[in-house]
Amino acid sequence: MKQGLSVLGLINRALEDFLKRRHGAALWQRVVQRARLPFDSFEPLLSYDPGLTDAVLNAACAELGRARESILEDLGTALVSQRERDGLRRLLRFGGVSFRDFLHSLEELPDRARLALPDLHLPALYLEDRGGGQFAILAVPPFAGAGFILIGLLRAMADDYGALVLLDMAASRQGRDVISVLLLDEAHSQGRRFDLAVGAP
Amino acid sequence: MARQAAQGRGQGAARLVLPKGSLDRLMPMHLALSASGQITALGPTLAKIVRRAAVEDAAILGLDFFDLFEVCRPSGVTTAAALHARQGERLHLGLRGGGAEFRGLALCDDAGGLVMNLSFGIGVVDAVRTHALTDADFAATDLTVELLYLVEVKRAVLGELQRLNLRLQGAKSEAEAQAMTDTLTGLRNRRALDLRLAQAIADALPFALMHLDLDRFKAVNDTLGHGAGDQVLRVVAQVLAAETRTGDLVARVGGDEFVILLPGMTDAARLGAVAGRIIAALSRPIPYEGHLCQIGASVGLTISTRYAAPTAEAMLQDADLALYAAKRAGRGRMMAFSDELASGQGTVPAARAF
Repeated sequence: MKQGLSVLGLINRALEDFLKRRHGAALWQRVVQRARLPFDSFEPLLSYDPGLTDAVLNAACAELGRARESILEDLGTALVSQRERDGLRRLLRFGGVSFRDFLHSLEELPDRARLALPDLHLPALYLEDRGGGQFAILAVPPFAGAGFILIGLLRAMADDYGALVLLDMAASRQGRDVISVLLLDEAHSQGRRFDLAVGAP
Repeated sequence: MARQAAQGRGQGAARLVLPKGSLDRLMPMHLALSASGQITALGPTLAKIVRRAAVEDAAILGLDFFDLFEVCRPSGVTTAAALHARQGERLHLGLRGGGAEFRGLALCDDAGGLVMNLSFGIGVVDAVRTHALTDADFAATDLTVELLYLVEVKRAVLGELQRLNLRLQGAKSEAEAQAMTDTLTGLRNRRALDLRLAQAIADALPFALMHLDLDRFKAVNDTLGHGAGDQVLRVVAQVLAAETRTGDLVARVGGDEFVILLPGMTDAARLGAVAGRIIAALSRPIPYEGHLCQIGASVGLTISTRYAAPTAEAMLQDADLALYAAKRAGRGRMMAFSDELASGQGTVPAARAF
């Protein structure tokens, strides 16, 4: 296992919380058994064997009869849009005052994360601005399908900013997931309010 | 005054003239004062805050600086002249009547007035909340938003760590509750004994139960301290482990009390021999830091075959009874539970004084 904190602990725990909330504790127990996990809950700040993430995902796909991509995209959306846990949405909103700003801030994300947790290594993200509202986001996925979490997350963030976007997984390039973003309207709807400080009047 | 503003750069240093709009964007919390201390301009963010402090917009310009602000540190800065004298120093100031605190820096302008830049300093999080400031209220180069971001990340991470700690604490007390080992001696504990005893009774196989109590242990503790007591207990544990078989269970059930469960052993002579070896071994002095600790042991015994339907409670009680009989009979000996002991129960409480 490499030194430092892998993002997998966070993803595993997020997946666990998502499955429990969306499908119930009983489903999660079936996933635990099917995946033969040696425990029944992940700790977000611990490191795990990458194989466990795959095992949990495969088990969840089998239990739910759903494709890995669609589960992961839903997970990404839930991470941001869940009202009772506002933390990640707020942290991402600090990236910029508009969705375009936010897209540009994605490249800073691993450095921002390291400010908080010096040992945490998020996968590097690259943004290609192709002009005319067309962007591509490139990232090496920590496991197969991880890019779909990002798609779900971007979709929810666009909604949060009130932007109208088209998102798609393009053909991968040299082991990197490529997500194409077409920004159609930055001020499509009002979006959700964001105060810099929690509890602002 | 102009010479002072160019301090350190020498005469004729490049002069910079900025339109108000540019200054607003570079320093949205600036303040310009006339030579006599009247407010001649203020940046948009500062204007927003002052406005919130219930001062009407148009009324701000032309006000005396000290009508609106007070300088907390350095002390004694209550006039325009005093403010001039403090240029280039870090100032701590606040809105008169409360509502906001700032750090400030004042420097002379060409006209003999002052240009002052303010920031929130360490109270920035509260200030952003109180005044409902947004990203647009800060200069694009300002790191305030990053600071707010860090405060929020820190809160999230600490929350997660606290939850992790709670879970670990829960797991630890659960593990402790489930532990079967006495941490001091490495022997089994009461919980392990109870489980094994229940198992032995359920299996309906014959076994013997010895209850052992150290003699004079309290004296060791009292005269040589707990370190000596702990050392004695560890040596006792070694003796008990050495004198019993692998399949026997040796448990420490109290400060200096031990119970030994011996499966398949019901022969009085063999049990007497085991107890005798243990008592003999424990009557030898135990060295501790140059001292010799002289203890001893008494043993009470009972055998499962004595009972038509043995229960853990009855057997433990009878072994205990036998132990006190052994103590009463002069310590350093083994006593087996018998019908005579059972019938003589009435006399036993007197012996509990040991």
